[in-house]
Amino acid sequence: MAELDKESVDATPNVTEVATVNAATDTEAVAALDAPVAQGEPILQVRNLVKHFPLTQGILFKKQVGAVKAVDGISFDLYQGETLGIVGESGCGKSTVAKLLMTLERATAGEVFYKGQDITKLSGRALKAVRRNIQMVFQDPYTSLNPRMTVGDIIGETFEIHPEAAPKGERRRKVQDLLDVVGLNPEYINRYPHQFSGGQRQRIGIARGLALNPEIIICDEPVSALDVSVQAQVINLMEKLQDEFNLSYLFIAHDLSIVRHISDRVGVMYLGKMAEIGTDTQIYDHPTHPYTQALLSAVPVPDPDAREGRERIILSGDVPSPANPPSGCRFRTRCWKAQDKCATEVPLLAIPERFKASDTPAAHESACHFAEEKDVVHAA
Amino acid sequence: MTIIDKTADVPAPRGSNDESGPLLEVRDLHVEFHTRDGVAKAVNGVNYSVSAGETLAVLGESGSGKSVTAQAVMGILDMPPGRIPKGEIFFRGQDMLKMSNEERRQIRGQKIAMIFQDALSSLNPVLSVGYQLGEMFRVHQGLSKKDAKAKAIALMDRVRIPAAKERVNDYPHMFSGGMRQRIMIAMALALEPDLIIADEPTTALDVTVQAQVMDLLAELQRDFNMGLILITHDLGVVADVADKIAVMYAGRIVETAPVHEIYKRPAHPYTKGLLESIPRLDQKGQELYAIKGLPPNLLHVPSGCAFNPRCTMAQDICRTEVPALRPVTEQDGTELVGRGSACHFWKETIHG
Repeated sequence: MAELDKESVDATPNVTEVATVNAATDTEAVAALDAPVAQGEPILQVRNLVKHFPLTQGILFKKQVGAVKAVDGISFDLYQGETLGIVGESGCGKSTVAKLLMTLERATAGEVFYKGQDITKLSGRALKAVRRNIQMVFQDPYTSLNPRMTVGDIIGETFEIHPEAAPKGERRRKVQDLLDVVGLNPEYINRYPHQFSGGQRQRIGIARGLALNPEIIICDEPVSALDVSVQAQVINLMEKLQDEFNLSYLFIAHDLSIVRHISDRVGVMYLGKMAEIGTDTQIYDHPTHPYTQALLSAVPVPDPDAREGRERIILSGDVPSPANPPSGCRFRTRCWKAQDKCATEVPLLAIPERFKASDTPAAHESACHFAEEKDVVHAA
Repeated sequence: MTIIDKTADVPAPRGSNDESGPLLEVRDLHVEFHTRDGVAKAVNGVNYSVSAGETLAVLGESGSGKSVTAQAVMGILDMPPGRIPKGEIFFRGQDMLKMSNEERRQIRGQKIAMIFQDALSSLNPVLSVGYQLGEMFRVHQGLSKKDAKAKAIALMDRVRIPAAKERVNDYPHMFSGGMRQRIMIAMALALEPDLIIADEPTTALDVTVQAQVMDLLAELQRDFNMGLILITHDLGVVADVADKIAVMYAGRIVETAPVHEIYKRPAHPYTKGLLESIPRLDQKGQELYAIKGLPPNLLHVPSGCAFNPRCTMAQDICRTEVPALRPVTEQDGTELVGRGSACHFWKETIHG
């Protein structure tokens, strides 16, 4: 376990308390997971989640010389039936968050509460039950499907791992139903992945994610590898499935206009921390964090008439290394507003004081000492 | 350009004749690949031209033939399996397809340069970036290693890589994605070419870095008065930098237009579909418009208009007759300069 510096623990935002479930046995834990969650209640609560990947030196006597702070204390809630979009540049920790929520990686510190249970501490049967309810759709439909397995085997494999989800005799029919749900011909069940186009493959990936009737689907860049004309089809399918099965999505992407279209709330990440989080209108029309403003202004707008008039904030330099992030505010090295305070004090993710009293859309959580609204050209 | 002087055998020096004519003109270009499964017709009669200082955006999905056209222009197509059965590519009035390999080599890099999409796999990982940049000067201008390195440092400064002098001996993996793309740009600029072909130069980059790189490219283009062919599928990037647009589908140009026109009034159902499938603010929560179906398989391009199986306006004529790229006019017949559409029903699409 990497050594935690105090600052990441201190940066606790003012989030609601988590009602935890203390299950003594696996059976109790599994039973608690089956309880339904009311619409609009948080289904997943992430608190101060940290993931540090150790950097070691030496072969025989490995010595830790540092850590890549991929995720460094982030907190958010995911509500039943909503879509939370996560945006940010590559290397900001978006995908690590996805892996942590899937418990594909073990968190260095922090908690992830699913229906009141901390899944980072679970193991064995209880963890397996959680995994059934949190599924993932991957970015690249070309490498995330095994080329030697038929579509039926790829989707049906989930039932072998979770045999209680479907009795043996019904599995084939269930796979065909799933293919139908995602808009593929059920007769394609014996085909191999290479016989499908990118968009169709992503539909297979989505069918696999749906197979166990999960409550949460984590989508890591689900459309970025697809052709433009096919992206809209897949987005429409995902929205349709959300309504049909009452799914909660964590939608990770870098295409800001697609994120805006599909998300109810949006979180902006920078270098392992959440910079700003709010509803889509709050983030896109009333951003208060300079990084969000720069990100939005950099998005090319598909309107040639806008190119003369718009003000663009072009950030200089690259994202600093997460192995050695800047002190204080992580964005200060590229920020035009940075002052001495930013180098010494970590800004908390909270509603800025000046907006607290008012009822403006700018009153949402933003981790900046000098948060203020700026009218950037909206990414339509 | 109407008159082509085919007798001139010396490439025209920069800025002498042909100042008014286009820098590059592609005429009726066909490219096909012979594969085990049959002949894939990747490019089926493409026409476009670029003048000095002008930016042409070639827009299309994967498999539309946009990159293959560019590779044919550069002369870096793998032949075989590739073949150019028909077509002409004029650079400053000379057909490059009729030139010898040596003549083409003289043009490549010095007159026409290319920026590739994936900078990490386009740079040699075992050679320092300084060596790779200097190679242009050593090979084409016969400079010594020392002089070439000095020039490489100057180039890295030009594309604003910080601490160029210290980083000239670094290897590609030591640079970030944006910096690597700058090195690619520097390499393309090295010999101050007249024309740069940028094949998805920012697709692999983050938006903030994309903005930096596109800005740099636009600035350098202004400084050197270069022609630029920008190959992309991003409608946003195109709106930002292009002067004119050619939309490709299944190896054909289906629509050409000046940039301001096409976004307001597309004249081809495919372009229209692409523009409508961009998520818009007022459509939040509604279903996105989606072009149905899939891009065609190049081994079996649909008969007639290649877009007909996915088109909402398709009629019988679309299934039998290939529409030619025809000029687009106003309703009263006034010519719209630079506009063309390869659709039987362009009138209904633009005016309807």
